[in-house]
Amino acid sequence: MKEPEITDYPFVDYSREIPVVEGGLTRAEIEQIVAKPMDTKPTKKYLIALTISVSFLLFGAICLAISFYYGVGMWGNDQPVAWGFPIINFVFWVGIGHAGTLISAILFLLRQRWRTGIARFAEAMTIFAVMCAGLFPLIHVGRPWLAGYLIPYPNQHSLWVNFVSPLVWDVFAVSTYFTVSLVFWYTGLIPDFAMLRDRTTSKVKKYIYRIFSLGWRHSNRQWQHYEKAYMILAGLATPLVLSVHTVVSFDFAVAVLPGWHSTIFPPYFVAGAIFSGFAMVVTVLVFVRKVFDLENIITINHLDNMNKVILLTGSMVGYAYGTEFFMAWYSGNPIEQFVFINRAFGPFAWSYWIMVSCNVLFPQLFWFRKIRRSVPVMLVIAILVNVGMWFERFVIVVTSLHRDFLPSSWGTFVPTIFDIGILAGSFGLFFTLVILFTKTLPVVSMSEIKAMSEGAQPSHHGGHE
Amino acid sequence: MDRTDKLFGITALFDNPDSIINAAKKVVGEGYKKFDVNTPYPLHGMDSAMGLKNSKLGFVTLFFGFSGTAFILLFMYWSMSIDYPMVIGGKPYFALPAFIPITFEFTVLLAALSTVFGMIIAFFNLPFNDHPLHDTAYMKRVSVDRYGLVILADDLLFEENKVRELFLSLGAIEVEKIYYPEKVTYPVFDAKFITFLIIVAAAVSALTYFTLNKFMYMVPYNWMSEQDKVIPQEKSVFFADKFGMREPVEGTVARGFIPYPYMGIAEPKEYLINPVLPTRESIALGKRKFLTFCSPCHGNQADGDSRLRGQFPSPPSLHTQRAIDFPDGRIYHVITNGQNAMPSYAAQVTREERWSIVNYIRVLQRSKNATDEDIKEIKKESSSNVQK
Repeated sequence: MKEPEITDYPFVDYSREIPVVEGGLTRAEIEQIVAKPMDTKPTKKYLIALTISVSFLLFGAICLAISFYYGVGMWGNDQPVAWGFPIINFVFWVGIGHAGTLISAILFLLRQRWRTGIARFAEAMTIFAVMCAGLFPLIHVGRPWLAGYLIPYPNQHSLWVNFVSPLVWDVFAVSTYFTVSLVFWYTGLIPDFAMLRDRTTSKVKKYIYRIFSLGWRHSNRQWQHYEKAYMILAGLATPLVLSVHTVVSFDFAVAVLPGWHSTIFPPYFVAGAIFSGFAMVVTVLVFVRKVFDLENIITINHLDNMNKVILLTGSMVGYAYGTEFFMAWYSGNPIEQFVFINRAFGPFAWSYWIMVSCNVLFPQLFWFRKIRRSVPVMLVIAILVNVGMWFERFVIVVTSLHRDFLPSSWGTFVPTIFDIGILAGSFGLFFTLVILFTKTLPVVSMSEIKAMSEGAQPSHHGGHE
Repeated sequence: MDRTDKLFGITALFDNPDSIINAAKKVVGEGYKKFDVNTPYPLHGMDSAMGLKNSKLGFVTLFFGFSGTAFILLFMYWSMSIDYPMVIGGKPYFALPAFIPITFEFTVLLAALSTVFGMIIAFFNLPFNDHPLHDTAYMKRVSVDRYGLVILADDLLFEENKVRELFLSLGAIEVEKIYYPEKVTYPVFDAKFITFLIIVAAAVSALTYFTLNKFMYMVPYNWMSEQDKVIPQEKSVFFADKFGMREPVEGTVARGFIPYPYMGIAEPKEYLINPVLPTRESIALGKRKFLTFCSPCHGNQADGDSRLRGQFPSPPSLHTQRAIDFPDGRIYHVITNGQNAMPSYAAQVTREERWSIVNYIRVLQRSKNATDEDIKEIKKESSSNVQK
C-alpha cells in the first residue's frame, strides 16, 4: 500500500484513513522486522556509533569526577549567575522527556492510531532523558552522595524536608514522572517480552525474557485487565506530564527575580517541553527507521504528523516569547522592561537570537507539506530546534540572573570546559542508552502494531476505532 | 519441560479473528466455564464473546489514589505543623496551596504503581512461569499470529472427544492435547546452593563494610572532615613563624574590658573600693569561685592548709590580723596582680567574681574569729527563722 503522491489527486481526501502499517506486511513479518535487531549480531556501524557515544559519556564522567574532587568551582557558576549549566541542562533534558509520555498517553486518549509505531521508542527516550535530567540537580549540589536528604525520612536530625519549596516539588515531580513512565513502559513491554521469549532459540535469552515477561500467556483474561490498565495509566500520565514541567517552571516563577517571576511560565514551559521532545524524537527516529529497516512501520506519515506537532508547539513558544515582551511593557515596571531589553540587545543577545531563530522561525517551514515529508530537511530543522531549546533555557537562566535589580551586583557568566564536558557527557549517556535499547528491546510495540495491521480485527468490528 | 501424563486441556488454533470470536461464543454457548482464549494482541469484541465482566482494576486505582492523597496531605500537615513547626516564607503551618503539587504527584504515583502491581499480582496472578501452556507449540503460534482456544480438563463438561469434535466443527486448523509439566523442585539444602548463599553473604558484607567504613571517608566523600582551613594547634604554611593560632594585634582591647590601674605594682599606694555589695548572691558566687581557684592552696577555710601536701609552698593563713586588716582593694590586688609565689588570677576569674571572692573571704574571716556576741546573734536569728 504505497501512499499515493499528492499530485495524483485534484484534492486531498481527508476522510480516507491512512494505514498505520505500510507495505501490506503480515503479522509474522512485522514481528520478524521488529525482532531482527535482537536476533542478529551487532554490525560494525552499530559498534562505531556505540563507541562514539560511550566516548562522550566517558569524557563527561571525567569532567564530573574532576568537578567532584576539586569542587564546583571548576564550573562557570558564580555570583550572580549561581545557576549555570547544571540547571540549564536539567530543564533541557526534562523537556526532552516530555514527548514520550505525550505520545503514549495523550495521543492514546485522543485515539491517534499513528502513535503506535513511535510510542515505544518515544517512551524509551523519555525514560533516558529523565535519567539525564535527574542527574543534573544532583550534580548541581556538588555532593551528590548526600542527595538522600532530599527524601523525607525519619533521620537523626529530626528534620523533614521543606514541603513548601519548589525544589522539593521538583524532587517529587521528577521522581514520580520517572517511576510512572518506567512502569508504563514496562507494562507495554510485557507482551513483547513474551513474544520474544516464544521466538528465541538461545537459552540465555530465553531465561532473561522469561523473567521479564513474568509468564505472560497472551490470554484474553489477561488482555482484558491489561487494556484497562493501559487506559488508566494513560489517564494518570496525561495530567502528570503536564504537571512535571509546570513544577519545573515553578522553580523560576516562584522566585522574585525579574524575567522569572511570571505567571506565563507553566504553559510556556510545557509547550516548549513538548516542542523539544518531539524534535528529539524526530532526530533519533530518522536514523532508527533507516538503520533497522522500519520504514514500513515508522512511515513518512508518522514523521509528517510529528512535524505538525513541532510546528504547532513552536508557534506556541513563539507566542509566549511575544507575550513576555508585551507583559514587560504593559506592566510598566522599569526593571522588568530592562531585563527584556537586555535579553534582546544586551551582552547575551547572541543567545537570544539563536533561540528565536531556531525555535520560532525555522519550524515555520513545516507549513509546507514537501518540507514536512523531506527527511534531510526535517532532520536539520529538528536539530536546530534542539539547539534553540537548549538556548532558551540558557537565556532564561543566565540573562535573568546576570543583571537584576542592583547594578552593583551585576556580573557575567563564562562556562568552563568542565561545564561543556558534562553537557557532552549527558548527550553521551542519552545516546548510549538509546543505542543499547535499539539492540536489546523491540523499538516498536509488537502487540500494538499487530493489532493495527490489516485484517487484525474481527470484520463485524471493522471500521471501529 | 518434561510432561506428565495428566491432561491439562485441549487447545485449538484458528487462523483469523472472525473464527476465534465465533468459536469463543460457541464454547460459552456449550456451557464451558474453564476455558481461555490466547491471542497475540487484544481482539475487539472478545470480552463480550467470552462473557467476561468489566475489569474491576479501576477500583484499585481509585482506592490507592485517594489513599495517596490523604496520606501525603496528613503527612505534610503533621511534619510541617506538629512535629517540627517552622514558619517558611510567612506561610501558615498548613499551607494548602503550597502542598498541592506534592499531593498531586504522590496521588498519581500511588495510583499508577498500585494499578500496575495490582494488575500483575492480583489480577494476572503473575509471575507464573510454570504454567502448562508455556513451552508448547501452541504458545509459540499464538504468540506470533494465530488465535488459540483452550478448554481445561477440569471443566465439569470436559470430554476429550466432544471437545475435539467441537473444535474441528468450528474450523480449527490444529487441535492439540496439553499435559501438565513435571514438577521441578529446588532443594534448599543443596551443597551448591548453600555455597552460593555463603559467597553472596560474604560479598555483601565485605562491600557494606568497605562502603560504610572506608569508601565514605575517602576524598571527596569525606563528609567535609578534611578542609583547607587551619584548625587549633595546627602548623601554618602561610605565616613566617609557622604558628596556626594567631595572637591579637598589639593594643587590641577586648569588648567590655576595664583596665586595672595598679597592674604589675607589688605594693600600690592606694587601692580600689569594693564596688560589689556583699549580697547573698555575691557571697554564693564568691564561695564557688573560692572553692575552685583559691582553696587548693589556701584551704577550704582559708587556713593556709594546702591540699597539695607540700608539693607547693603553703601560703599563709588568711585569718591573721594582718589579713583581716587589709582593705578589700588590697585582697583584690593580690588576686589580680599576684603576690610572691601566687600568680595572677586575672585570666581565670572575672572582675566581678574577684570582688565576690573578696566578700566571701570577709565572711570566712568573720566566722573563724566569731565572738560570743556573734553566736548569740546567730542563735537568735536561726530560732526566729524556724518555720512553724
